[in-house]
Amino acid sequence: MKPIISVNNVSMRFNLATEKVDSLKEYFIKLTKGSLKFEEFWALKDVSIDVMPGDFYGLVGLNGSGKSTLLKTIAGVLKPTKGSVTVGGTIAPLIELGAGFDMDLTARENIYLNGAVLGFSKKFMDEHFQEIVDFSELHNFLDVPLKNYSSGMVARIAFAIATVTDPDILIADEVLAVGDYTFQQKCEKRMKQLIDNGTTVLFVSHSIEQVKSLCNKATWLEHGKIIMSGDAQTVCDEYSKRY
Amino acid sequence: MKTKMGTFWRYRFLLTNLIGRDLKIKYRRSKLGIRWSVLNPLLMMLVLTAVFSAFFRFDIPNYPVYLLSGNLLFTFFNDSTNAAMGSVLYSAPLIKKVYVPKYIFPLEKSCFSFINMLFSMVALLMVMLITRQKFHPSIVAAIVPLFLMFIFCMGIGLFLSAAAIYFRDVMHFWTVIVMALNYATPIFYPESIWNGTFMAVAGKLNPLYWYVSTFRGCIIDGLFPSTLQIALCAIFAVISLVVGSVMFRKTQDNFILYI
Repeated sequence: MKPIISVNNVSMRFNLATEKVDSLKEYFIKLTKGSLKFEEFWALKDVSIDVMPGDFYGLVGLNGSGKSTLLKTIAGVLKPTKGSVTVGGTIAPLIELGAGFDMDLTARENIYLNGAVLGFSKKFMDEHFQEIVDFSELHNFLDVPLKNYSSGMVARIAFAIATVTDPDILIADEVLAVGDYTFQQKCEKRMKQLIDNGTTVLFVSHSIEQVKSLCNKATWLEHGKIIMSGDAQTVCDEYSKRY
Repeated sequence: MKTKMGTFWRYRFLLTNLIGRDLKIKYRRSKLGIRWSVLNPLLMMLVLTAVFSAFFRFDIPNYPVYLLSGNLLFTFFNDSTNAAMGSVLYSAPLIKKVYVPKYIFPLEKSCFSFINMLFSMVALLMVMLITRQKFHPSIVAAIVPLFLMFIFCMGIGLFLSAAAIYFRDVMHFWTVIVMALNYATPIFYPESIWNGTFMAVAGKLNPLYWYVSTFRGCIIDGLFPSTLQIALCAIFAVISLVVGSVMFRKTQDNFILYI
């Protein structure tokens, strides 16, 4: 079977500007003085993973270990400095819920806008509008500007929009940490439903219990390097031993 | 190339949605709403006409139409390039989280400003009626310089939006350039005041001169665009678009590291 996501020797470099050079004048002064220095920072070092169709793949690691960077290279947001990422399917990114919402617009307008950001067509959004509204349970607030919403309500709509398709790949970066308990349950149920329909999930969470109970495979990252990769149970157990 | 077009086609709904968003936000909570895009240039024209008939007296037949036609085009240039310049920067929260083709943002601003200008053309028609300006058949050809100017502004917008990411200075610098162009283009004065060959030649190197004068020819003088005019308008548009998109494409992968 061919992997649906294959990450090959990916390294990602960020330039941590030691001094912030934001203006042209400064830039040229620094350039002529030869003091234009960037401290290199490798957020990912030679990372390779293969995700098979149908996997529920967990990423564990401390803050700053490169989990989100890896997700972003897979989602196409970041282009790796070295190596390559091949993705064989549609992606629903839940990297940060509500990216692309405009707080001045109403929920109704935002649903269409966000759908468009995710690359859905107008026809598709018309067909699935009701489904999104039903899932987020916000019938009475559809024509209220989003700035008057609570953050939980915003998260609900965002989750509903992102999961309205049956994406081939769902990228979830600690999304289940938002909303109240019942909504978290609902999200988890929806994710399980997607998996039953064959969606591959990439999942980041700090709750090792959650990773253990949901994932079948996992990778443990530290300082941008893979410490361990494989069966979720084994990786999580090792991880728990360390911390 | 084919897949590029495919992506663009896939994201056309995003383009229309962003334009819709801008229209809604621009005229939110205003009683007159979109009518402002007609009213605004009308009022501006009244002020400018009053000012210039008091201070300078140019020998221009139907000055209100002359002034308004030049001003509408220049406002479009100003609005579209300025909005496009900041567009990628201001979309940073989105670009950092979801993959969207980044050129959508400057492109959307150019389209939005263009649509706004088309609405404002109603003001020009009204002034033409009021001042009993003769309607020539060549008026239909006015779309040619407008369209070419749209391409021209799109290219500049792409260039500026990419440049502004690396150097915010561009944003300050551009306001000065726009002001210089405002005076260099015959908007409120006739080109006959360019005395001497130097001024005439220098003035005609300005692309905006060609868009404005070709447009006015169609509207006021009843002249269809000449081959030279179309050629020059098109050449400026193509150069701008090519330079803008090459610059944008070469730098776009690193945008995320700077925004």
